[in-house]
Amino acid sequence: MSIYQEIILEHYKNPHNFGTIKDPTKKTSVSNPLCGDEIEMEIVFKKNKVSEIMFKGQGCAISQASASILTDFASGKSKDDLKKLDKNFMTKLLGIELGPNRIKCALLPLEALHKLI
Amino acid sequence: MDLFRKFLVKLNSMDLKSHKADFPIFKNLPGLVYLDSTATSLKPRFTTDKLMEYYTQYSANVFRGVYKISEKATEEYEETRKVVAEFINAKRIEEVIFTRSTTESLNLVAYSMGRKIINEGDEVVTSVMEHHSNFVTWQQLALENGATFKVIDVTDEGYLNLGLDSGQVIIPLGTGMTLNLDNIITKKTKILALTYLSNVLGTINPLKEIIQAAKKINPKLIVVIDAAQAIPHMKVDVQDLGADFLSFSSHKMLGPTGVGVLWGKYELLDEMFPFNYGGEMIQEVYIDKTIFKHPPHKFEAGTPHIAGVIALKEAVRYLERIGMDKIRQHEKEMVDYTLKKFQITFGKKIRVLGPKEVKDRGGIVSFTFGNYHAHDIAQILDEENICIRAGHHCAMPLHQRLGISASARASFYLYNSFEDVDKLVRGLKKVENTLK
Repeated sequence: MSIYQEIILEHYKNPHNFGTIKDPTKKTSVSNPLCGDEIEMEIVFKKNKVSEIMFKGQGCAISQASASILTDFASGKSKDDLKKLDKNFMTKLLGIELGPNRIKCALLPLEALHKLI
Repeated sequence: MDLFRKFLVKLNSMDLKSHKADFPIFKNLPGLVYLDSTATSLKPRFTTDKLMEYYTQYSANVFRGVYKISEKATEEYEETRKVVAEFINAKRIEEVIFTRSTTESLNLVAYSMGRKIINEGDEVVTSVMEHHSNFVTWQQLALENGATFKVIDVTDEGYLNLGLDSGQVIIPLGTGMTLNLDNIITKKTKILALTYLSNVLGTINPLKEIIQAAKKINPKLIVVIDAAQAIPHMKVDVQDLGADFLSFSSHKMLGPTGVGVLWGKYELLDEMFPFNYGGEMIQEVYIDKTIFKHPPHKFEAGTPHIAGVIALKEAVRYLERIGMDKIRQHEKEMVDYTLKKFQITFGKKIRVLGPKEVKDRGGIVSFTFGNYHAHDIAQILDEENICIRAGHHCAMPLHQRLGISASARASFYLYNSFEDVDKLVRGLKKVENTLK
């Protein structure tokens, strides 16, 4: 099965939550210098829950689609819920099988999110 | 496509079908389009048969036994040294040392020679187009010994920037022109380490002219060449080149993995520190001292990759049967065809790295394609059984210099055909259709 499923391509071409927030509670950036993927993420918490989350970045389709899908999921979730997210969760969320090299691309946005909570 | 090209394609692909038949992987994986020979080459049956021959007929250790099969193994092992020495036109057979890889060969020179001659205030020079193995090695040697680490830049066209006049000087191959390297090499420069053929840009450096000019400034300068990408693809004559050390790998030239070669001038090798201490490299050992063997065995401590070394000579013989000039010519045609097809099909969407002149480059075409990430390109091509490399190709400083984080790279060898290029172009169209 190709990893370039419609849902992945849709998020890559038209990413959700793409941009910046005026007064974020916190912001961070992560990168993978080996392949040049970069993600900047900003977040606003209200009562320990994500009220707003945005990202900007560049890189491969998987890293960018993953950021779009993950930020969709994270909206409205509590910090405790988000802390639990791991590799298995991301694989299920994206719905594709990724090899050891490409899984790093998918996990980059999660790394950013974990730095924010 | 003009008539001549049609004829050429036909002639060439007919010719090459016979080579493809020598590589069992194409029987096991029909339809495989392998465009990553710069990373490692495929293996002809002559190489794998010889490996099997050693393991099934005389799999004894070398130099130790007085029994027949050990003597046979030793004889086969040493014969490879002779075949390799002749292949690169070494002055003496003893100048050929077997290591694990090009990387180890370069590290051996840095360790056994570099540590001996580099002091504070000296200069170590390399270029920004190097593979990490010929970059980090010298960077660290300089750092550890308080020496200055100088890096030759490249021009935007992908040639070494040898800094004549305007600083944008292109040195075409084979012009025999005299260079002035006063801005790069000084009397303090102890080591100059350069690649023969860039594994990203494909640029073939005019080494003979560079070495001549550099040694004119400092006759004691030690010149170390990374020939990992040159030896498999073109005729190399170490005596004609004028270098002091030259390294390459078996696995990139149709031989087994795990074997590298270091060629060095005998007088230099004889003076150097040993690399590894242990068995096989000693003449006599006493409680208080050890007398080492002379080269090459001084540098071959421990049981080597016997089967790999033995089988390497079959790869060399196969290359010689086909002819290095013919291989070079074939790769030039492949690159020429690829550049033209890229231009016609994708125009400016594809940016090819390195010289535009086919004669100045080896069988390597690195490129960026629109805004598509190299990993996505490679992954979508893989769905079509096309293998290319994506990333920085162990040359991060070069990619930084070019202002890109990654590139895609297609590279060719004697088993590739024009049809492979056509498939690559079709694959790239799929990339575009998927990601646009």
